[in-house]
Order: sequence, then C-alpha cells, then structure tokens
Amino acid sequence: MSSVAVTKKKGVGAVIWDYLTTVDHKKLAVLYLFSGLLFFAIAGFEALLMRIQLMFPNSDFISAGTFNELLTMHGTTMLFLAATPLLFAFMNMVVPLQIGARDVAFPFLNSLGFWLFFLGATFLHLSFFMGGAPDAGWTSYASLSLYSPGHGIDFYVLGLQISGAGTLISAINFIVTIITMRAPGMTFMRLPLFTWTTLISSTLILFAFPPLTVGLFLMLVDRMFDANFFDHTMGGNTIIWEHLFWIFGHPEVYILILPAFGLFSEIIPVFARKRLFGYSSMVFATILIGFLGFMVWAHHMFTVGLGATANAIFAIATMAIAVPTGMKVFNWILTIWGGSIKVTVPMIYALGFIPSFVAGGVTGVMQATAPLDYQLHDSYFIVAHFHYVIVGGIVTAIFASFHFYWPLLFNRALNEKLGYLTFWIFFTGFHLTFFVQHFLGLMGMPRRVFTYMEGQGWDLFNFISSIGAIMMAVGVLLMVVNMLLSIKSKPVNCRDYWGDGRSLEWAIQTPIPFYNFKQLPLIRGFDAYWIEKQEGNTEGMTYAEPLGDIHMPNNSILPFIMSLGLFIAAFGALYHPDGVSWSIPVMVIGLGITVLAMIIRSVKDDLGYHLHKEEILAIEEELYGKGGNN
Amino acid sequence: MLDTKFTPQTWPEHPEQVTQEGKNKYVGIWIFICSDIVLFASLFATYISLRNRGPAGMEFTSQELFELPLAFVMTMFLLTSSLTSVIAMYHLKNYNFKGVQLWTLATVLLGLGFLALEIYEFYHYVHIGFGYTQSAFSSAFFTLVGTHGLHVIIGLVWMLCLVFRNAKRGLNLYNAPKYFVASIYWHFIDVVWVFIFTVVYLMGVLG
Repeated sequence: MSSVAVTKKKGVGAVIWDYLTTVDHKKLAVLYLFSGLLFFAIAGFEALLMRIQLMFPNSDFISAGTFNELLTMHGTTMLFLAATPLLFAFMNMVVPLQIGARDVAFPFLNSLGFWLFFLGATFLHLSFFMGGAPDAGWTSYASLSLYSPGHGIDFYVLGLQISGAGTLISAINFIVTIITMRAPGMTFMRLPLFTWTTLISSTLILFAFPPLTVGLFLMLVDRMFDANFFDHTMGGNTIIWEHLFWIFGHPEVYILILPAFGLFSEIIPVFARKRLFGYSSMVFATILIGFLGFMVWAHHMFTVGLGATANAIFAIATMAIAVPTGMKVFNWILTIWGGSIKVTVPMIYALGFIPSFVAGGVTGVMQATAPLDYQLHDSYFIVAHFHYVIVGGIVTAIFASFHFYWPLLFNRALNEKLGYLTFWIFFTGFHLTFFVQHFLGLMGMPRRVFTYMEGQGWDLFNFISSIGAIMMAVGVLLMVVNMLLSIKSKPVNCRDYWGDGRSLEWAIQTPIPFYNFKQLPLIRGFDAYWIEKQEGNTEGMTYAEPLGDIHMPNNSILPFIMSLGLFIAAFGALYHPDGVSWSIPVMVIGLGITVLAMIIRSVKDDLGYHLHKEEILAIEEELYGKGGNN
Repeated sequence: MLDTKFTPQTWPEHPEQVTQEGKNKYVGIWIFICSDIVLFASLFATYISLRNRGPAGMEFTSQELFELPLAFVMTMFLLTSSLTSVIAMYHLKNYNFKGVQLWTLATVLLGLGFLALEIYEFYHYVHIGFGYTQSAFSSAFFTLVGTHGLHVIIGLVWMLCLVFRNAKRGLNLYNAPKYFVASIYWHFIDVVWVFIFTVVYLMGVLG
C-alpha cells in the first residue's frame, strides 16, 4: 500500500476502489464536494420548478401534491445534504492543513461519516422513484406528517437518521482533531478562524443532532411500529416533535453559518492584506453565538401558545444573538478598512456577503419581536429572511471558497473572468428573487402555497422573484461550467496561490502529497505562514522535527460496508407497515452486516503503516522535481 | 508498538494516553458521551411529559406498575459492575493483565445479570398487557429504558470482544486505551441508569 508512485495512471476500477476505501481527508473532501454539489443542483432544480409554478397566478405547471414534495425536498436537501457536505468538504480539506496535522484524529471514522451521509442522502432521494417523496415540509411537524399517506415521510425519517449519524460522527472527529492534533506551537488562540468556527460548529452538531435523532426515532416508531408519542388519542403530544425538532433545528442554522463566517474570516484578511481585526473578539463572538444558539429554539414556536413569559424570554435571547453577530460584521469591515484591498472573485463575494447578510440578520431581529411574529409567521417574509441568511451567507461563502480553495483542492485555478460574471448574475438574481418576497409576505402571501389568485397585487412581485430564480440557476450553471473548464486548465503547481496567504494551508506546495507536511511545522504565532514570509523564509514553514518516518493509516472498505448495512436495513423498516413478510428479515440482515463489520473492525488490528524517509524524498521529487518541497 | 515488552516498573502511569491514537480515543469517548447525554436528556424529557398519559380509561399507571425491589436489585447489579470495572482499570495501571481480564469478565457477568432482569421485567409487562403500543406512557417507557438496555448490550459485546481478542497477547500500548475507553463508556451507562432509577422508578412509585 505504501510507496505507490503518485503520478502513475490508474485504471477506472482502481480509482473507484481507491475512493471507496480512502481515509485521506483530502480525498474525502473531494467526495464531500462533489456529492454536495450534486444535491445542491437537485435541490436548486426543485426550487426552480416551484418558482416557475409561482411565476403566474392560477398556474397549473405542477400539481399541489408535487409542489408539497418539491418544497419539502428542497429545504431538506439544501440544509442536510447540500450545505452541510459542502462545508464539510472545506473543513476536511483545510482544517488538518491549518493546524499542521497529517490527517484527522480518526481517519476511519471520517470515511464512515461520509458514507453514512451519502447513502442516507441517496436513500432519501430514492423516494422520488419509489412511491412519492416526503411532503410535510422540512420541519415535518408530527400533526401533519403522522397522517401523510404513502412512504414519503418514512424515507425522510430513515434517510435523515442515517445521514445524521454520519454528520455526528464527522463532528466528533473534527473536535478531537482540533483538540489533540495541533502542531507544536499551535495554541488555541493561534488557531485560524476557520478552524475555530469548525470547532464550535462541530460542538453545536454534537449537542444538536441527538435531539433530532430522538425526534426522528419517535416519528419512526410512531409511523412504522404503532407507538403513540404524537397521537393525542393515545395520550401522545404532537408538540414534543416541535420542541425536539427546533432544539436541533435552530442550532442547525448556526452549524451552517459559523463555518461560512470562518471562511470569510480567512478570505477577507488575505485580500485586504491586513491582519484580521479583533481576532480574540471574533473567537469570543463565535463561542457566544454557539452558546446562545441553543437558547432560542422556541422563537420558531411563538404562535404555538407557550405563553407570554416563554415568548418574552425567547424573544430577548434571540435579539441578544444580534450582538456577537454585529461584532463579527464590524470586525470584517474594520479588517477591510485601511487595508490594501485586492479585488478578486473570493473578495467580491465577501464584499457582497456583508450587506446581504446584515439585511437577513435585521429581518431576523424583527421576527424575534414576538407580537410582530404573529403577523409575519408562515408568510413569505419568513422565506425572504432565511434565504437572505442562507443564500447571502452560506451559499456566497461556499462559492467564494470554491474559487479560494480550488488551487488547494485540485491544483487548478478557476477562471477569474467567468467567476466575476457568475457572481454578478447570481448576486443580482439572488436579490431579485428574495428582496420582493419581503413585500409579498407583508402583503399577506402565505409560504408553502402552490398557487394564488390574481388581483391581490402579488402578480408582479412573484414574476420578478421567478426571473431572479432563473438568474440564480444560470449563475450556478456558470459555476459548474467554470469547474469543468478547470479540468483542462494548467496545473498551478505553486505554494501560496493568492500571494498573500496567511495561515498554514498556504505554506504547503500543491499538489499536496497524501501525508501533508513532510515534517510537522513549528507555529510561531497567529497567521503562522505570514510570519514566516515576513522573516524571509522562502521554504514555507520552519519545521519542528527532522525528516523521519511518517505513520499513516490504512485504507479500509469497512466504512462503506457498515453504511450499506444500514441502507439495506432501512428498506426493511420502510416496508414494515405494509405487512410484507420480508421486512423483518431484511432489517435483521442489514443490521447484521453493520454489526459484523463493526466487530471485524474491533477485532482486526489496524496499526497503519510507516512511510520511510527515502520514500518521502522520492515522492517529493516526483511531485516537485529535484529538491522536493523547498 | 505491539512488540515493546513492559514490566510493571516500565509500564507508563497513563498507558491509555501514551500514544497519539490512545489520546485521540480518550478525548473521543468523552466527546461522544457529551452527545449521548443529550440523547438521553431528550428521551428523559419525552418520558417525563408523557408519563401516565394514555387513551381514556388506560389501565396502567406508574404507581401500579413499577416495583422497587426489582429495580433496586437491577441497580445493585449495575453499580457493582461499575466497581469491578474500576478494579479492572486499577490492574490495567499496574500492568496486571490477568486482573484486567478477570475483572472485565466480572463486569460482563454483572451486566448480563442486569440485562436478564431487564428482559424479565419487559416480558412481565408485556405479559400483563402493558405493551409497547398500549399508550403514550408505555411507548415512552420502553423507548427510554430500552435505549439504555441497548447501550448495555453494546457495552457487553464490546468488553467481550476485548477480552477474547486480547486473551493470548497480554497488555500493550495498543489495547490499553481500548480497555480504558470501554470502561469510561460503562461508567456512563451506569450513571444513566441512576437517573432512570430516580426518574422512572422512584418518582414513578412515589410521586
């Protein structure tokens, strides 16, 4: 397994096998990236269909039932299966490099996390071909979903259960990695901000996903095994689902936005060519947002009737979140202020992000006012608000990072000109789509409706919104074209592609060898690579150890097999309510495969292997020519 | 790592944290337990809000159903198993492999005793008509206590695998963290049971 010639051409089968068994964080990042993009495209297409339906009043482009399926799958897919894996792609790629680690703490679990996510997501999407997708909204309130006919909700429950387990495993992995695997000298207050936000966001996953797991499990046994958690005639209580869902659901949006903040906190200092303003207050704000994120879930339930006291407490807690978020916004602005700004594609996304995100945040504070929320609840105003936050914050961060990190990921650069074009089309489309939805909401248009009558003053705004959606779709297509074009472009083969990189990931020369830094780097301060450059070090980093053997983990197919077992078992559970005879055997076989793979994993020693000094030198010479990575 | 020979004198004081893998496992299990705490917290909250709730004319309430003597015996089994697990870890620190194996096996036996009583209890309830689908209360009870039972089963399989896998090769820095981590997990299960005993059984019978 060791000492494979790196540049040797491999057959298609060998490449597929390599990716099925890989435990390398960089390859898993690529897998996360492409599967995330796939689901992003699917969910985007669903949104486009909905906008076409709403373009004109009384339209019959798609039926009401299909519309419900589309809106459910759009929300579910975008949050769980598109934004999460795309951010995980950057976390996997960048965090081990930023802390100077060889890999994550548990490479095996990293692979398991990915395959659970991917097979869970695939399972959810099979619903389209197997009797109808879930149709109770991404929140899937029990009072609605319990009585949804067909298997749509069952697909939702089982698919999210499997992919959620994968997300939780990955989060544990990131936390342990950041705690134990930091290079010498990398203290917590020298961690780059993306690593900090990854740590906090993973901690949020750690505490937020178990309530979802429980909620989904209760829904599963209620629907498939006749339990009575949500059925009021049997003493159940449907509000339990709403609490469990939002105890998860509210932190979930911070789970997604914090890494996006982190990405922009990496991008802005590089192109302002200035140290990030207020580093320690940024760290503090991140932690505070993470903490407050758990105190506000009931603001999604103001109209449920929890009482004035509960509503007041949650309203104030919600408004309090604006304070640390405001700190962050001011820090970004003050980083740019007085900097020697270089406008590039990632930077222009960052500049577009700040006002868009602030607009989304301000409407959020408006909704935090409980009495006003009674007016805004379930209207298009809500839709406008969270899309401003999600598209204006998370999606722009992801697009910016495609450009920013593409040289690290693939040793290729994305086209700048096409990048600007994409930005302007996407950004204009985004504001066209969602800005007018604020007014639609204030005029009283409810969300999640499949059509509307003419003559209510909604026609023009809906039309504008749909045009914007089409522009966003064009923007995404251009982004994909840009990615495809990069395959044909010249390898960049350089260190510090942007010229002003500050943190450790830019100190390594691309293409990055599978063992990352050949010697562990020595970190001498915040913005470690910047310090080295200022002191005239042309070799990247100062190293903390002499060149020696490197210990690397073995590849394994077991993560895939474990995930496949759960995937199979899910079909058994799904068809259990139909009373088919094979449902229990299929569940037993599937779970048996998973358990067996787990036992094999525990019983078989996996000591990894050592990469010898001579092999390292040979690989470096093959990658970078004579002299290696110097 | 596997072939280094140790004596009780050269054996490190914290054998579970000497290697990077060991340190990762040690931190990892604590992080995992953090998330498992939230899992049980959600189940407890659900149970508390659904306790004694059922369809009109429901037969069983927690006062009639639960019997403290059985729950007390189960608690004793599990608490004692935590003690034997600690003794196993004491021997682990002193490089006494026989002691580790013996006391881990004792832990497994006590865990099996607990499990047998729990299965008997569940069987008894179903037998008298308090089945999983009988009421919201029964669903919440079996889900909360059953999830704990599942954790016990996982812990037992885990420890048995360790004992059999390492029977022939003795302690080393590769398997020491594995024993240690399994022990932490076992204590966690024990602590959860203490809460179940309090919230489900004591509060069920008394309040």
